[in-house]
Amino acid sequence: MFESLRVRASQGTQYITDLRKAEPRGFRGRPRIAPAPCEEGCDACASACPTGAITLDPFRLDLGKCVFCAECVEACPAGKITFAEEPRMGATTREALVLVEGREGTNPIEVSQKLRKVFGRSLRLRQVSAGGCNGCELELNALGNVNFDLQRFGIEWVASPRHADALVLSGPLTKNMADAVRLAWDAMPAPRFLVAFGACAISGGLYASAPAIDRAFLEDVAPSLYVPGCPPHPLTFVHAILDLLGVH
Amino acid sequence: MRSANAWVVSADELTILDSHAWREGLESALRQGARPLIMYGRPADAGTAAVVVTAVVEDSGARRTVLRTVLDPYVGYHALTAEFAAMHCFERELHEQHGVRIAGHPWLKPVRFEHTRAAGRDAYAFHEIKGKEVHEVAVGPIHAGVIEPGSFRFMCLGERVHHLEIHLGYQHRGVEALLLARDPRQLAPLVETIAGDTSVGHTWAYCAAIEALARVEVGLEIEAARGVMLELERIAMHLGGLGGMSGDIGFLQGAATYGRLRTTAINTSMRLCGSRFGRGAIRPAGSGTRLEGRPTGLRDVAEALFTLAELRSNIALLSEDVAIINECFIAAGTVRHRLQGVGTVTGELAKEVGLVGMAARASGIARDLRPVAGGIYREHPIEPSVETSGDCWARARLRMDEISRSLVWIAAATESHPRWEPTRGKIGPLAPRQLAIGTIEGWRGEVVHVLETGSDGSLVHYKVQDPSFRNWMGVALAVRDNEISDFPICNKSFDLSYCGNDL
Repeated sequence: MFESLRVRASQGTQYITDLRKAEPRGFRGRPRIAPAPCEEGCDACASACPTGAITLDPFRLDLGKCVFCAECVEACPAGKITFAEEPRMGATTREALVLVEGREGTNPIEVSQKLRKVFGRSLRLRQVSAGGCNGCELELNALGNVNFDLQRFGIEWVASPRHADALVLSGPLTKNMADAVRLAWDAMPAPRFLVAFGACAISGGLYASAPAIDRAFLEDVAPSLYVPGCPPHPLTFVHAILDLLGVH
Repeated sequence: MRSANAWVVSADELTILDSHAWREGLESALRQGARPLIMYGRPADAGTAAVVVTAVVEDSGARRTVLRTVLDPYVGYHALTAEFAAMHCFERELHEQHGVRIAGHPWLKPVRFEHTRAAGRDAYAFHEIKGKEVHEVAVGPIHAGVIEPGSFRFMCLGERVHHLEIHLGYQHRGVEALLLARDPRQLAPLVETIAGDTSVGHTWAYCAAIEALARVEVGLEIEAARGVMLELERIAMHLGGLGGMSGDIGFLQGAATYGRLRTTAINTSMRLCGSRFGRGAIRPAGSGTRLEGRPTGLRDVAEALFTLAELRSNIALLSEDVAIINECFIAAGTVRHRLQGVGTVTGELAKEVGLVGMAARASGIARDLRPVAGGIYREHPIEPSVETSGDCWARARLRMDEISRSLVWIAAATESHPRWEPTRGKIGPLAPRQLAIGTIEGWRGEVVHVLETGSDGSLVHYKVQDPSFRNWMGVALAVRDNEISDFPICNKSFDLSYCGNDL
């Protein structure tokens, strides 16, 4: 009893009071593109990138492919790329994830009035991992811990797709999970939407060229929300989902 | 040649045994008490169907022997599994990946159904038992929680589990093929996702092997940084596992407290390398970690540096609070009642089926690679934790003990190496015709990476072994004769990786 109180007292309030203002110190988050000109003919960053997230002329960085390994920073002689401690990176369209030099600062999420009306005060999520390495899964689990406490917004994980409003997909979509993902989606009652969580789910990430992958499901069902990262920080998800639902 | 965490053998010095001599050599080593470290096949030179099979065994003095043969897959050889159960996963994989005929193997079920979809899986039925009080429970591939997919079939007599058959492969992404598709010196980001909860363990094993092939040695400062990241990964995953077990048995204070302490551990990793999972921390001949160092340029100039004082204060907080919540956990009658005597794997059984890592140590097998690893673990030795009862309680107690030893170790290692800068060394061409074996004691157990180079120094084969591959059979045996309702805690107490098995 006394020990219980002691650890409780030591714990204090771990709850992050305002998730919108929380700053993940040390987090290698949103990339920034410096206006510095590149050396003539240099493609060191693009060839160092393991997922082909960088294309040149003009300089573009695809957050849907980026695994935040910073190999580009290491390779670049001109200091063109830095990573900020910024978790806000979500988007509602695939195109909006592509940062283009000179236009990378905009927040692309627009509130969906339709989703806000139905799910703004209560949202149930079913997570399916289809080749996820357990990085994404651990960060999604962390959303329910005492620090992030996502339940405060009425957002909770459920066990059955029948009880779910949104499917949060992680992993590059393996062939061996292709049928199960479709079954889970088909079991969800309308209205429903899909969230692509992490570089693998968004673009195939490091596994985009693997023959063991089957991404046909994503050709039939377009995600309503993209959450970049490898794995995404829990705060990246918090900002993205709250922006989509217009929760402040 | 043997460096701290890798061992290199020249392919030209390896005798290619004929299949009979190979099998006899392997059998006699196993009979004398050696254990298999790894066994795998790879296609022989182009144009033939032959398969080169390499087995590495380790005797009780940690001396390793490589036994190699070239097999005609249609002829194959006679299974060792019937006598040495620890060989089951290797022989099943050899049969699945290379079609090698293995006569007399009791259960050649594929280990991962490499992108066969449902048709492949359905063709290999589950065991069935029949009887009046018998019923079966099918679970998965999608589970109730936020967790990786896998399929479990319980054959029960009433509430009692008679047998559990585990059916994996849903996570198969084709990792081993992808590892051959890029420059072998640039594989770190991919290796970090083989099992994302063991990013540091896998990446260190890969880097150790690559460095050995390139004849590069890293200094103790880099070794210290790697060791701290590895121990932080162990602490974080053990805390997460204890939190998960607490949640499963309704010990909510444990679930909440272990969960928030894990946050402290992974945020410490993030301050050191930019990622809560140690991504980017370890690179061939280098590291991406800094402590008390100059700004890295990886972030904005305003970036706050992580000081030794901050690291120490995090370690002190963890040491203090983990000890208190451990006491609450141990003292709670409800916890003891649910964990003691549940999910028992005896030491004899653990040895027989070849369990590794914390699952083996919880059953009394004092096997840990760190005491023999050399490098930073020679400068700062760490004794393996061992429990003997082999039940869920033992696995929980073992994880508590490992957490405290790792915390003490981090404090000592940062005392003698208090300042790290991110560095990138040069990796030159890899030595041709070599076999490099990188081994790291990750939080689950031994992570083994085997890289083979051809005559031009390019990679001809890359074999990955996550400890989960060896330990899934342990889960199946642990739940036998237990109540089916205890499966979640049995599973959580082993805490195995699905993608690490499925590759």
